[in-house]
Amino acid sequence: MQLKWWKILGVLLVLYSIIAGLLLPVPHLDILNESIRNLYFHVTMWFCMIILMLMSMVQSIRFLSSFDKMRDLKAEALASTGMFIAVLGLTTGMIWAQFTWGAFWVNDPKLNGAAVTMLIYLAYFILRNSIENEDSRARVSAIYNILAFVMMIVFIGILPRMTDSLHPGNGGNPGFGNYDLDSNMRMVFYPAVIGWILIGTWIAQLRFRIKVLEIKKENL
Amino acid sequence: MKSFISTILCCLFMISPAIAQNVEMADIMRSNGKIYVVVAVIAIIFIGLMVYLYRIDKRVNKLEE
Repeated sequence: MQLKWWKILGVLLVLYSIIAGLLLPVPHLDILNESIRNLYFHVTMWFCMIILMLMSMVQSIRFLSSFDKMRDLKAEALASTGMFIAVLGLTTGMIWAQFTWGAFWVNDPKLNGAAVTMLIYLAYFILRNSIENEDSRARVSAIYNILAFVMMIVFIGILPRMTDSLHPGNGGNPGFGNYDLDSNMRMVFYPAVIGWILIGTWIAQLRFRIKVLEIKKENL
Repeated sequence: MKSFISTILCCLFMISPAIAQNVEMADIMRSNGKIYVVVAVIAIIFIGLMVYLYRIDKRVNKLEE
């Protein structure tokens, strides 16, 4: 198997977002100052994580309809990569919060929602490891994975919008309005999101392939 | 007269132009070109990590065969 085009595309897009993200003009906003550029790096982590979790859930659903063990392994690899990306998103967010909101952790619905989401996915891995029987492990964790994704959407997509949040685009004001994200920033932000999703998928794919090799070795 | 017009304009377009002039950005770093050093360092680290990822990919390929 050759190096796939989408892997190269992902690397190029993120490389572009690093160069353009640091050099292109950004809106001059109080408090944020230059740290507004964190949008290209911190927020993209969360977008990437959500898409990886979505792909993981799709694999779980497909597992339940086919009982193909490979689908279960793919779901696990995608979820664990998503979890890793979420840890990066959380730590970068904490640093950003310290310098704009004044504390590493503020009582913000989005922050707490993200923390709860990570605990939910942590439970997914604990659940996986606690079931000895392979078939029931795959089945139970697939069902839990679907539930976990729904809970994630509730905790970071819906609940923060119902109350006031320090995050832009929350508190009854969905998405990025013109005020939050100008067209210059969109030109960097969306390629960065796509690039990180592709790289995340690449890492997850490697994890899956190594897992398959491990299983093959065990069965020899 | 000129300042009067700019005041009116600022009021018209809310506060954004007024803020834009007072917000401190890393302009010195940009004007003396040191920002390119930062870009170069981050870009090299990123490229290095991706090359490493590519090499892991190749090794997995080998094992699969």
